Amino acid sequence: MTTMESTDKQQHTVSGAEITLDGVSKIYRGQQAPAVDNISLTVPAGEIVMFVGPSGCGKTTTLKMINRLIEPTSGTISIGGENIRAKKVDELRRTIGYVIQGGSLFPHMSVAKNISIVPKLLGWNTSRVKDRVDELLDLVGLDAAKYRDRYPRELSGGQQQRVGVARGLAADPPVILMDEPFGAVDPITRQRLQDELLSIQRELHKTIVCVTHDIDEAIKLGDRVLILQEGAHVAQYDTPEVVLSSPANDFAQDFVGAGSSLKRLSLARIADLELKTPTTAKVGDSTAQVRSRAEANGDGSVIVLDDRNRPLGWPWLRQLTGEKIVQPSGDLINLDSRATLNDALDTMLVSGHGGAVVTGDRDAYLGVIDFKTVTDFIEEMQREAETETKAAPAAGSDEHPASRISIAPTDEELDGGREG
Amino acid sequence: MSIHIDAPIEQPAVGAGPAPRRGRLSGGSAIELFGIPILVVVGFLLYVWWRQTATLDSIEASSLDWSEVRLEVWQHLKLTVVASLVVVAIAVPLGVLLTRPRLRFLAPAVVGVANAGQAAPSIGLIVLLFMWLSGWSGFWVAILALALYGILPVLRNTITGLQGVDPTLVEAGRGLGYSGGSVLLRVELPLALPVIMAGIRTSLVLVVGTAALATFINAGGMGGMITAGITLYRYPVMVAGAVLIALLALLVEWVGRVLELLVRPKGI
Repeated sequence: MTTMESTDKQQHTVSGAEITLDGVSKIYRGQQAPAVDNISLTVPAGEIVMFVGPSGCGKTTTLKMINRLIEPTSGTISIGGENIRAKKVDELRRTIGYVIQGGSLFPHMSVAKNISIVPKLLGWNTSRVKDRVDELLDLVGLDAAKYRDRYPRELSGGQQQRVGVARGLAADPPVILMDEPFGAVDPITRQRLQDELLSIQRELHKTIVCVTHDIDEAIKLGDRVLILQEGAHVAQYDTPEVVLSSPANDFAQDFVGAGSSLKRLSLARIADLELKTPTTAKVGDSTAQVRSRAEANGDGSVIVLDDRNRPLGWPWLRQLTGEKIVQPSGDLINLDSRATLNDALDTMLVSGHGGAVVTGDRDAYLGVIDFKTVTDFIEEMQREAETETKAAPAAGSDEHPASRISIAPTDEELDGGREG
Repeated sequence: MSIHIDAPIEQPAVGAGPAPRRGRLSGGSAIELFGIPILVVVGFLLYVWWRQTATLDSIEASSLDWSEVRLEVWQHLKLTVVASLVVVAIAVPLGVLLTRPRLRFLAPAVVGVANAGQAAPSIGLIVLLFMWLSGWSGFWVAILALALYGILPVLRNTITGLQGVDPTLVEAGRGLGYSGGSVLLRVELPLALPVIMAGIRTSLVLVVGTAALATFINAGGMGGMITAGITLYRYPVMVAGAVLIALLALLVEWVGRVLELLVRPKGI
């Protein structure tokens, strides 16, 4: 696959563009109070910035002013240093990806047609459009041959949302706007979609502005988090770590909310942990050989990979029948290496192995994370925090109130999570 | 999705049965789709049998002469088709205009006028127009009257259909970079098409029935048989005319249903 080969080249090139808002306000006709009141902001190129706040705080209005679905009453917005009013509005929008809640796919167009809208508007030729559609479906984890000609109503909510993301990325825009992109799917699907977005961003380095009302999502996805209060007044604009550890004011504190100790689990990524590497097998390997390898390693189960190194299943040895390894039935829930420890615990709870399979770029297999690794890591974090707490008063500094944060969840909290 | 058709006796579901039309048919509409043409054919064969065997006097025989009937059916169809095309050409663009933000406020007033047009007695409308438009041929007066009469269902359904399109899809279209016109052509109209087509079918049926009145202003059509039957006290002629109009109306309604299925975009 050409896309696989080009991945390495793209690894560290930022293809995004900087967005700046300068004194932007929006007053809707017939309303006294501005929906957005004089906001100034810089979204650095190649970063994900999450706009988060209660409903009616102006976050969606701010987002829609960037692609001029809403025209600001005053102030200027530029992308890559160019005022967005310099271009014709339709041309501007073709250079900005737009992803909406639930995907908002056009029901009368096939998946391929939905994705190819912007490339066609830009006048790409047919074969280039077709290649791009297949490449994007692959990127968002859908089998192109299987899904290309389907209609949106034949897809699940999560699949529709994936196609929505592919449509937003279609013409390779430097800037992508997302409006509550994962609001309409169930929690497990949402977690997978979030992981996939992070994985895609690791390859593409777009500038992504994403609106959400979910602080956990903001902390997980954002390089920076913008907490907005009524009238789109900036309560805090900083990295997730700072937002969690030192909220700028009472509003931010309330919004980040109680249980921020547990939320720190959202900061630690699986990539920070050491992964186990149990026995793996490829489809088509000889069952007897795989079995003896597993027994030599002391493993009771093996992870089956396909020819592109993607995990397909995690059968127990007794489930391995027949001469050759075949594709296991059932759906394997993977964890992306960018997933948080929160996600890891969730996934392990539904897995029969007390662990979860971890994948990297394009779902390639990396290893396995087990429950003990996570709990050990949490204890480690807690010990570090305690050391810091002891050190902090001695330094006479309360700039970093780490003392307020206990990293490890209590037993009660863990039990509660397990039942939920 | 497989469809179980309670097949009429003429079409026993042997083996796989008739291929379902892309899974869009409910059992009821399948009966209408296959049952109506059968009903029309059976009705027409009964008429032919009666026409060939009944003893008719010379007046009846000349009124129901095959060449005469053929001419009237042809005139009737011409009136129906031309009037319906005029209706679509006026009502759909008008409906589109009345759902644009700038003209939206006019929609209730225009729908009100169209309502009044339909509420007026059709015979009065035709005769009044004929008197006012003395320079016009009967055919075009009839077309005008029929179009006025048939415009409401199409206009109302165009407006309803366009208003029913999910506004987030319209915004998504604009957000992706479609111009306003492209969103209308590629998103709004395709999504509203099933509702618009239902309006067109209703209008077709109204027009085909009302076209029987065109004979009063010398515009021809199958109403001629009925009026001849009444004025000449030849009741068999009158009944034959009524039956033939009913069969034609059923057939036109069926064509409307088939059109609805054919133009319905895939995926919705």
